[in-house]
Parts: sequence; C-alpha cells; structure tokens
Amino acid sequence: MRDNAKALVRQVGLPRIIIAGFFLLLLVAAGGFQMDLLQLCSDFLRRWGMYGILALAMVPAVQCGIGLNFGISMGIVGGLLGGLIVIEFRLASIPALVEIHPLLAQWVGILIAILIGVVLAAGIGWLYGLLLNRVKGSEMTVTTYVGFSIIAFMNILWTILPFQSGELIYPNAGQGLRNTISLADSYSGVMNDTLAITVGSLTIPTGLLLFFFLMCLLVWLFMRSKTGEAMSAAGANPNFARANGINVNKMRLVGTILSTVLAAVGILVYAQGFGFMQLYNGPMMMGFTSVAAVLIGGASPRRACISHVLIGTFLFQSIMALALPVANQFIPESNLSEVMRLIISNGIIIYALTQTGGGSRE
Amino acid sequence: MNKRKILDRLFEQKVVILFVVLCVLTIVASKQPLTFVANELFTRIARNSFLVLALIIPVLAGMGLNFGIVIGAMAAQIAVFLTTHWGFVGIGGFLLTALLATPMAVFFGFLVGKLFNKAKGSEMICGLVLGYFAEGLYQLLFLFIFGGVIPIDNPTLMIATGVGVKNTIDLKDTIKYSLDTVPMLTILEIGFYLVVAAIVLSVVIKLAKKQPVHWKKTGIALILAVAIYALTYIPAVESFLAADRLLLLWAVELWVALVLLWQAGRFLVLKVIRKEELDLKRLAAICVAAVLVYALTYVPAIYEVLIYVRLPVMTYVCIAGLCLLNTALMRTRLGQNMRTVGQNRVVANAAGINVDRTRIIAMIFSTVLASWGQLIFLQNVGTFSTYGAHTQVGQFAIAALLVGGASVQKATNKQAILGVVLFHTLFIVAPLAGKELFGNAMIGEYFRVFVSYGVIALALAMHAWKKVSGVGPSTDFAPASASALAGGTSAPASGGGKAG
Repeated sequence: MRDNAKALVRQVGLPRIIIAGFFLLLLVAAGGFQMDLLQLCSDFLRRWGMYGILALAMVPAVQCGIGLNFGISMGIVGGLLGGLIVIEFRLASIPALVEIHPLLAQWVGILIAILIGVVLAAGIGWLYGLLLNRVKGSEMTVTTYVGFSIIAFMNILWTILPFQSGELIYPNAGQGLRNTISLADSYSGVMNDTLAITVGSLTIPTGLLLFFFLMCLLVWLFMRSKTGEAMSAAGANPNFARANGINVNKMRLVGTILSTVLAAVGILVYAQGFGFMQLYNGPMMMGFTSVAAVLIGGASPRRACISHVLIGTFLFQSIMALALPVANQFIPESNLSEVMRLIISNGIIIYALTQTGGGSRE
Repeated sequence: MNKRKILDRLFEQKVVILFVVLCVLTIVASKQPLTFVANELFTRIARNSFLVLALIIPVLAGMGLNFGIVIGAMAAQIAVFLTTHWGFVGIGGFLLTALLATPMAVFFGFLVGKLFNKAKGSEMICGLVLGYFAEGLYQLLFLFIFGGVIPIDNPTLMIATGVGVKNTIDLKDTIKYSLDTVPMLTILEIGFYLVVAAIVLSVVIKLAKKQPVHWKKTGIALILAVAIYALTYIPAVESFLAADRLLLLWAVELWVALVLLWQAGRFLVLKVIRKEELDLKRLAAICVAAVLVYALTYVPAIYEVLIYVRLPVMTYVCIAGLCLLNTALMRTRLGQNMRTVGQNRVVANAAGINVDRTRIIAMIFSTVLASWGQLIFLQNVGTFSTYGAHTQVGQFAIAALLVGGASVQKATNKQAILGVVLFHTLFIVAPLAGKELFGNAMIGEYFRVFVSYGVIALALAMHAWKKVSGVGPSTDFAPASASALAGGTSAPASGGGKAG
C-alpha cells in the first residue's frame, strides 16, 4: 500500500500533487466564501484557451532538444506586428464582410494577423534557430537574454514605426505606439464569442477552445509525422540520431521555427481573449509563464507532450483565476495573487532545473 | 609579428573599444557639458562599483555571472527597513544596518550556494529565476507579513491600512550620505589605529609562536604610522582633512605625488641600499606617465572638470578596499581552491578539494558583498524604493562587468571598474542623446536598456559558442567547466579526456 502510494507520487510528481492540492484548497475556500463557482469555471475555461497556445509553443522546442524556450518573445513580437498591421489597415472590419456577419469580418482580420505573424515568426525563428545551433548546451540562458533583448529592441521600434491609425498611436502629438492597444473596434473576443454557450452564469468559449484544440491536434499530428519523430529523436539523443542519418541541426531548426510560430499565434489568441494588445515590456515575462505552465503539467527540460500543456495550463491558470478573488477575501485590494504567481511559476522552474542538472560532487 | 600581436590584443578588447566609441559618440550627441557628465559619472561610480566588484568571486569559482546578487540586495533592504523603523541614524545607523544585513546575507548566500550545487552547469539561468522567485517572497514579506503578521506601528513607513510597507521610504533624515560624509580625518584616524593594531598583533603572534621578530622593521613601520598621524595635527592639514569630499583635482595631484614618492622610495631602497636589480625602464615610464597626467590637469577643459567634481572619500576607500580583498583572497588557500574548482571540478575533487563547500563559500562571499554594495547604493541615492530598488541590481551590475571586457569565466577588478565607467557613461547620456537626435528621450532610455540586455545576451552566446566550437561534439557529457577549460587552454585532448 505504502509502496503503491510512493510509486504514484513518483509517477505524478510531487510538485504536481502540491499544486493540484493547492488548487483544490482554493476551490474549497472559494466555495466557502459563497463565490459563484460557475462563473469561476467560465474564467478557468477562458484562461485555459487564452494561454494554452503560448504553452503549446514549448512542446516542439523541448522535443527538438533546445530545452525550455524562454525566448518565445521572439515569436510574440512577430504576432504583435501582425496584429498591428491588421488594425492599421482596418482589415478586421472590411465593410463587405461586415454586411454578411460582423464575426466573419473579425475572423478574417485575426486570420490575416495570424498569417502575417506566422510569416514573420518563421523568419525570426529561422535566425533564432541558427543562433541556438551554435550555443548547444547553454540554450536556456541564451534564450532568456535573447528574449529580453528583442523586447528591449522592439521598444525602440514601437516608438519609431510609422503607424498612423489613431487607435494605435498616442494622441496629442505623442510619439510612438500606445502601451496598451484596445481591440474593441477590431477583433476583440472574436474566438471567445464564436459559438459561445451560456448556461446560467457559466459561459463556454467554444470557438476559443476549438481553436486551441485544433492547434494541439496539428502539433500532435506533426509529432506523429516522420519529421516529428525524427525531431524528437534528435532531441532525445543527438548522437544516436546522427548515427541514424538524421540531420540534428536541421531538426533543431524546425523545432525552433515551429515554437516561434506557435508563440506568434498564441499571443494573438491571448490578445483577442484579453481585449487588448500589450506592447513594450508587456510580453517580457510571457516566456516564464508558459514555461511554468508546461512544467506544472509534468514536462521536464527534456520531454514535453500535449497532455502536459493541457493539464499544466489548466491548473496554473485556474489557480491564477481563483487566487485573485480568494486573496481579496482575506486582504481587500491586495496583489497577493501577483505575489503567488511569482512564487509558483518561478518555484516550479527552479525545481525543474535542479532535477536535471548537477547533484554530483564533480 | 609585433603588429599582429597588437592587432590580436585590440581584437581581444573589442567589446571595450566598441563601448568607448559608443560613449564618446553619445556624449557628443547629447551636447552636455563635460562637467555635468563627469560629476554624474563619479557619483555613479561610487554608487555601483561595489556591487559590480561583488560579482568577481563567483566568476573565478566557475559559477558564472551571479544573478543571485539580487538576493544580497534584498537582505540589505530588509535591514534598511528595520533600522529605519527603529530610528537609527547617521554612520552608526549605517554600520548597524550592515551588521544586521550580514548574517542575513550569509544565510541567503548559503541557501543559494546549496541550490546552485544542485543545478551545476545551469547556475546562471537558475540564479536569474531564483531572483524572480525571491522577489515573490520579498513582496510577501513587505506587503503582507510586515504589518499583517508582525505588527509594525509606524505610520510614516506603513500604508494607511497598517498592512504592508509604503512604496518609497525617505532616507534623508536617517542614513542618506552617512558613509559618503565620513570626514577624511576620521578615516585616517581609523586607519592609524588599524595599522597600529595590526603591527602589535603580528608581533604578539610571532612572539607566541616563538618566531623571530624583525624589531627594526616593526619600529620603522610604527614610527611611519605615528608620523603620518602626527601630520594631521598641523592646522593646515587638519583643516584640509576635516572635509568629507575631496576635490578631484586634489585627488589627482595626491595620486601623482604618491606614485612618484613610491617609485622614488623603491628606487632608493632596492637600488641604492640593497643594490638589487630593478627594471629602470619601467620605473622611468611610470614616472613619466605620472608627470604627464599631472600636466594634463593644466588643459583648460580637463581643469574645469577637475575643480567641479568632488569625491566622497569613504565610499571610494571602501571600493578600493574591496579590490584589495578580491586580490588578497585569490592569494590565500581558499582563493586558490576556488580557482581550481572554477577551472575543473573533476580535477579539484581529485585533488581533495571539497568542491560543493568551496562553491557555497564563494556564494556567501558574493551575497554578503552584494548586500553591502546595495547599502552603499541606498545611502547615496537617499530614497529607498521598497519594491523596485533591487529589481535591476543583477542586470545592471552584470552588464557593467561585461562591458568592461570580462567574460563568463574571467573577471578582474580593472574590468569591473572600467565597465562601471563605460556602462554608466552610456546610462547618463543615452536619454539626452536620444532627445537631441530623435526629439524623444524615451528612445535613448530604451536604447540603454537594450544595450544592457544585449551585452549580456551577446556575452552568454559568445561564451556558449566558444564552448561548443572549442571542444567538438564528443564531449557532450562533460561538465561545463571542464569543457570550457579544454576550449581555453591549448590542450583540448587532455581536458576532454579527464572530463569524459
């Protein structure tokens, strides 16, 4: 019996048990405070779909061998640029399409944004992958700082890019793009509202979840394809893969590009759900949040799969959704939930790092 | 051949050269008077050098750039909050704060060292994430535990609700400038007592161990110390030393005089009295250089700067002391162990060095020094932003060290100081240059942030790149520092072999 319990702990992982326990505790507390559990559930689902694809971007990165990709901001800036271009040219409200159905116009808008984002991210990811192939063994440190650098670099660009739309730039002769750009007039909530089902206070954002699952399915299919299998092999054991005639560097490049592209898609899905696009330092720590999510789901710096993304994002985001109202019951208007986010997300990353590295005396 | 050598040297220093050029260009573009830039710069050197110097020991111990100094800074801030709350002021308050911060920093450093031993090879990313993790705990402490769990009744420090500390704490009436304004006279006096104490102690120890005592040498040292101390009783000297700031011009003149005196003394003692061999060419070159520096002070533009800038003496003494400590530590057995561990953990372990323990000690040193550095920073700035003062500490200190030409494996005092000068020059003038060039100060602001991230990214990437290309694919399983050693020295085969 005791051995069974131990085996179970080992299989599921101690941190996951702690975090799941914490989630249940918060849930009980929320119930105890007579909160609207159904509304909280719709919050869980919404956040699950919003953050899911960003976490999904970790899967190809980990599987191809570059490890946890803290540098998904490389893809994020591509996605943001796509989103900006759509707003600038009003592509989300083309009159002919609005006449048919407003949602259709918005879908066209966001799909164009995604398309532009994907193209840009593929280019950035290719360069990024070339860099990562030269720094084997230290990818995580390098990706983190390359990610920070691109955000700082884009800060300069956001200030000088020649966008004209009043929705984008600071009013009153200010210079540069706004810090937070409202999507209310473009594609805010387009996925959330599509086919949304409302039962009482429970809202299921069907469109969002379907899109998220579709992305997961695509990645899953890719992983089962010949290229995907080769990529996983290259990540798991480069020498063995090389002996079997797999071009390891090429496979790593494919994985990096895919990860970057998914990040671009992910940020747009996130933005439409949130209703705003955050420029400047907004996406700086997105990489950390996504990494923490897959790690909570059970991934390690060497192995990650779709189920880790699904479980991890749900657990992590549900805790975040619950933490705010529950913490407010104890201390009103506090940012205890923000403190909790810092501790949980970084704690799990540290745990994962200590599990793989060192330990020996040498 | 010689030309090639010079070119190689220049190429090695490419980062430094690039930043010198960048600094000169931005200063010109910012259209600021040199007096302003120099004044700001010397303030910032006093503020930040200590923190940058705190990074050197872990680099030598092979733990890379210590992003964990943020945690030392947090220890200092907890101490500052407590002493401010208890109402200690002045240099006494400052010393008490340092005393309070030290055990905390030792404890934190120990924990960080323990953690890094579990994540060998990924200390840097671990340290970075650890910084964010500690930030969470820090906020928990300052936002909820102070006032929420530990009752603190202090309306000037706490938020109106009584739970949580205010965003900024004004140190104006407590420890602001407490270290900067220690008069030179006091410094000399303390120095005198320390020297006397050291001499007496060494004699006592030698007597106790029944070793021969050089009475003549000891006597001369004592007389010299007393003579220098006696000089301070001359009214003119006393009034000069009563000040706490030193005019840069006088500092330069003093420095030149000291260098000349030192070289003359060496010449007299070694050549004339002991008749030993001495590199006369070198001696002459140093003297000529010193005279040239003095001559430069007569250039009007430089003279203007020199009579404008005033140095906080005590702070600079502390920085010099830390430089000496870093050098001295590396000469001790512990320092040698650290260096061995840094070069190759396998070899160090085989030689009987307790690798884990040595690494933990290095982390404790770094964390304690960082906490003192943060104290120096805070007493100079004078306002303590409770939730923001520590966030960029590691980032900026590391960027400064790298700008000075240091790498992940090698760092010296000189590189640290040079890095502070270059990085902070850029920091002062970049927003102003942005305003002049693009009509927008934010561009300069973003640019300097980009530089600080970019230089770290570049250094890390170059380090990793060298590691990969120097060793080849066969040592994938070697520990990081072993393969780095192989890449750095000319014996890749032996290094790789030991590691495998």
